[in-house]
Order: sequence, then structure tokens, then C-alpha cells
Amino acid sequence: MKQKNACVSIQNVSKSFGTHSVLRDIHLDIYEGEIFGLLGPSGAGKTTLVKELAGLDTPTEGTNFLFGQKMPNLSLIERIGYMAQSDALYTELSAKENLRFFSELYGLKGKKQAERMEEVAKVVQLSNHLAKVVSNYSGGMKRRLSLAIALLHEPELLILDEPTVGIDPVLRKNIWHAFQELKEQGKTLIVTTHVMDEADKCDRLGLLRDGKLIAVGTPDELKKQTGTKTIEEAFLYFGGER
Amino acid sequence: MMRVTAMVKRILKQLIRDKRTIGLLIFAPILVLTMLYFVFTGDDYIPRIGLVDAPEPFVEQMDDSKAAITIFKEEGEAEEKVAAQELDAYIAFVDNQPELVLEGSDPTVTGATMEWVQEAFQPGQQENMPQLKVETVFGSDDMGQFDYFGPVLLGFFVFFFVFLIAGVSFLRERTTGTLERLLATPLRKWEIVVGYVIGFGIFTMIQSTIIASYAVYVLGMVMEGAFFHVLLVILLLSFTALSLGILLSTFAHNELQMMQFIPIIVVPQIFFSGLFNLETVAEWLSWISYITPLYYAADALRDIMVRGYGFAEIYMNLIILLGFTLFFIMMNILVLRKFRTM
Ligand SMILES: Nc1ncnc2c1ncn2[C@@H]1O[C@H](COP(=O)(O)OP(=O)(O)OP(=O)(O)O)[C@@H](O)[C@H]1O
Ligand SMILES: [Mg+2]
Repeated sequence: MKQKNACVSIQNVSKSFGTHSVLRDIHLDIYEGEIFGLLGPSGAGKTTLVKELAGLDTPTEGTNFLFGQKMPNLSLIERIGYMAQSDALYTELSAKENLRFFSELYGLKGKKQAERMEEVAKVVQLSNHLAKVVSNYSGGMKRRLSLAIALLHEPELLILDEPTVGIDPVLRKNIWHAFQELKEQGKTLIVTTHVMDEADKCDRLGLLRDGKLIAVGTPDELKKQTGTKTIEEAFLYFGGER
Repeated sequence: MMRVTAMVKRILKQLIRDKRTIGLLIFAPILVLTMLYFVFTGDDYIPRIGLVDAPEPFVEQMDDSKAAITIFKEEGEAEEKVAAQELDAYIAFVDNQPELVLEGSDPTVTGATMEWVQEAFQPGQQENMPQLKVETVFGSDDMGQFDYFGPVLLGFFVFFFVFLIAGVSFLRERTTGTLERLLATPLRKWEIVVGYVIGFGIFTMIQSTIIASYAVYVLGMVMEGAFFHVLLVILLLSFTALSLGILLSTFAHNELQMMQFIPIIVVPQIFFSGLFNLETVAEWLSWISYITPLYYAADALRDIMVRGYGFAEIYMNLIILLGFTLFFIMMNILVLRKFRTM
């Protein structure tokens, strides 16, 4: 077994908006070089948690550590690639202009910039549609462009909030293949999802429900623990217990 | 610096794509200025005046080139015409004592009538009064209202449109989630605000050069000072409008709510920026003019365009405008902390 270094360490994290408690005392370590899936029903607090990891929000209690340093921290941001749940694109601009703009924000220029733009477009299979204005993109195409933007600066940690929503099964398979490749390059990926067959492809899963982390483990461990055959059943099992 | 440049390039690109907004920003002020030009510089009003029982010598010596005169036999007839708004006034001579009856519902008409009447009843040529020689310190005695209001309106258009467009752009950035996306990149908060200021600053320069040139060279608005100084004032004013627009957009949830700031923030500035004489504003209200950016810009614009002043006389106003801008920018950066605390 390889030595496990925590890339992300969530310690005692709670979050509430006013009196509404959204995250409750979460403890979680995510290791370097793994694909970690965050699973949970709508409103469970997945987005809230990953936003804190991306530095866009702060916990009410507890601390998030990334690469051993306390978040939020501006110097860590360059090492993170974030893809929000809703597409945040400049729809008046073409896909290429979007890619160029974001790559410049990360200080990419010249040949390197052109290379990266080409590479990420290939990963999400948008190479032939780069000249199109984004407002003419389909939902799935926008999703893929958002993903491409998150990959632009070759971050060590990718935080992807439902990256494959609205993407057809064939493309989804290709994208997961790309995730595996990134993982092999030593990157860490945090992916939130509702889709159970995607959950099976993660190295480890965290089940989130009503702001509580109710189970953490590899897909097989979770299935064994609950004596079920699918992640879906395991999820229902954990959910029903509470 | 590269990140600010990227922001500026993107903002300009977005603006250029939006042809309609560009059209609005440039042609709307041109259209309104043109209309005002025709309203303010139209021919003088010719009052329609009736005379009842006027003595012969009076009728002979009066100047009927500046009024449309009708002679009546009966006062009742003239009265009817006035009531029917076919006459603006009539003068009845009762025992050689003239009596003026005015229709009186339109101040402009009443004013023009009164002016004519006063002239007609002036103690004519019989006296050897020396003619009063008229000289003006600034402007000229044929400087019309258009020239007086023009500089203020120029400032107002820049303020209004930049405020609105920048505010709405930033609001969209927030509602579409791109602001949050930007804050997940290494972009600093001040770089976002500065990017907006420079991007819109460049655009405003182009916009106001076109509008000011049109006003001065096509409509013939007075321009005693340097054109360059006018652009300088407008640039600083646009920075103020922009930083205020962005700041207030944070308190709006949608475009309609952004519009709601217009009657609260933009319109009152017209009243306090010198379109109306501030001496007559109630004292307890007049302090407002000192907190309206448009007041300082309009004052400087008038100094340059009407009075021909140079940099030495306007720099204080420029500093104040800059102060407003810096204050709003600081507030913006503070407000952005809501989205990212680092
Ligand atoms: N800014 C906010 N103010 C108040 N409540 C919020 C805010 N953001 C999120 N919440 C609440 O937090 C809870 C969790 O939201 P979150 O977006 O994290 O869910 P999620 O697990 O990502 O759901 P989904 O799968 O639908 O995306 C919800 O009940 C939501 O209403
Ligand atoms: Mg979510």
C-alpha cells in the first residue's frame, strides 16, 4: 500500500446559515491521488462543503486544511481547480474567449496557453466547437466547458460539483476516463454526484445526509458493511438507519 | 497586472458584442441633446394680444413686429377670445387708463407677453436716456439656456449611463455566478474592481469624446476652455459613477432593482448639480449638493466650457471626484469580502 498523505483535512467543520444548520461536525481526510466521491441527497450540504474547500465560504466552526494549510488562503487557490454546480460562463463570448480569459487569470500565456487550451478542449471533446458563442451551447456543452476551465491550469486538487450532470453516457464515460488519467498523474479529485454508477468509480466515498457525514469508505467496504450489493442500496441503508 | 489586463479585455469584448447597449450609450445622449437644442434655441414666442379702445397715438407707435395684435371694439369680445385661448392677453383702455388682462396658464407665454407689454409702455423716445451698454464677464449675452445647461447635461448623461450599465454588468456577474467563479481564481478583489474601472473608463472616453464633440462642433455648445479638460472631468466622473454603480448593484437582486436606484440616486443629482439655481434651494436641503458627485463635475464642466477656466481652477473638483471614487472602491472591496474573505 502506498503511503497516504492527507491532501484535504476537514476538522470539526460545522456551518449554519442563520439558525439553519447545514453542516454538522464533519471530520474527513481526503488523500493525495484519490478520487473522492461526495454522495448525498439534494440539500444534504455537498455544495456548501466543497465551496468551503474552494475558499468561497468559511465554516461557522472548525477548520478546513488544504495541503496542510488553513483555508481560506489565497496562495492555495492556484493549486485548486473548481467547477461550480451551476455553469459560470460568459455567454456573450465564445468558448475560446472564455478559455483564454480564465487561462490569463492563472497567468498562462503564449505557447503554453495555446497548448493547455487545446488539451482541455480535447478532454471534454469541444475542440470543434470552440469558435461558437457560449449562449448557443447546449446544456451539456456548457457543463463540459466549465470542466475544461477547471482543468486549464493543471491544478493538484480538483473540486468538481456535479461535473457530469446533463452529459450523455458516452461522453460521461470519456470524462471519467479523463478523471482516471488525472488521478494517475497524481492529482486529487473531489467529485460530488447523485449518480450511483459514478459513485462506484470513486476510490472512496463519503455519504452526506442532512449535513452529517454518515459513512466513509471504499465502495466495496460500504457494500460489505451493509450487506448490500449496490451503492444505491447501501446509501438507502445508511439513510434509513437514522 | 496580467490579470487586470485580462479583465479589461474581457469587459471591452463583452461591451462590443452588445451592439444595442453601445447604440444606447452613444445615440441616446446625442438624440436628447439634439432635442434640447431645438427646444432651447427655438424662435422667441410671439404673444397674441388684443387691444380694446386703444388711443390712436399708442397704436401708431407700438412695435407690432413682436406681437400679433388684434383690435376689438368691445371688451366682451376680447374676453371671450382669451377664455377660448385664442388670445394670450388684451389691453383695455378705460378712460385712457390701460388695463392688462392675461390668460396666464403658461408661464412662458405670460413672460413673453409681459415683456412685450413693458416695452410698449416704456416712456418712449422723448427722453434722452443714454442707452445701457451690456457686457458680460463670462459667456456672452446671446449665450442661450442650451449653453448653460449643456455642460451639466453632458455630465449627467455620462453619469447616468455608466452608472446603469456598469451596475447591471456587475449585477449579472453576481447572478450568473461568474463573480464567484472569478473569486475561485487567483484574481484579487481589487483587481476585479480596477479591471472594471479601466474597462469602462476606456469605453467612457470613447463615448464622451463622441458626445462632447457632437455637442460642441455640431450643436455649437459654448466651448471656451480646452476640450481635453472636459474629457478629464468626464473620465473622473465616469469612475465615480462606475464605482457607485458596482457598489449599489450588490444591494440589488435583479436588473429591475438596479433601475430602482435611478430615482433615488441619479435623479436627485440633477436638481443639486446646478441645472437649477442652487441659491434658491431651501437652506436645510442645500448641503445635499456637496455630497453629489455630479455637482462637482457639472461645476468643473461649466468652468471649462462657459468660463474658459483651466486646470488651476478645476483641480479641486477633480480631487473631490477622485476621493468619491476611492471611497466607493474601498467599499466595493469590503463588500466583496462577503463572497471571499481572503
Ligand atoms: N447562502 C445560503 N443561505 C441560506 N441557506 C443556504 C445557503 N446556501 C445553501 N443553503 C442551504 O443549505 C442546504 C444545503 O445546500 P447545498 O447546496 O449544500 O446542498 P447540495 O447537497 O449541494 O444539494 P444539491 O444536490 O441539490 O446540489 C440547503 O438546505 C440550502 O437551502
Ligand atoms: Mg449542490
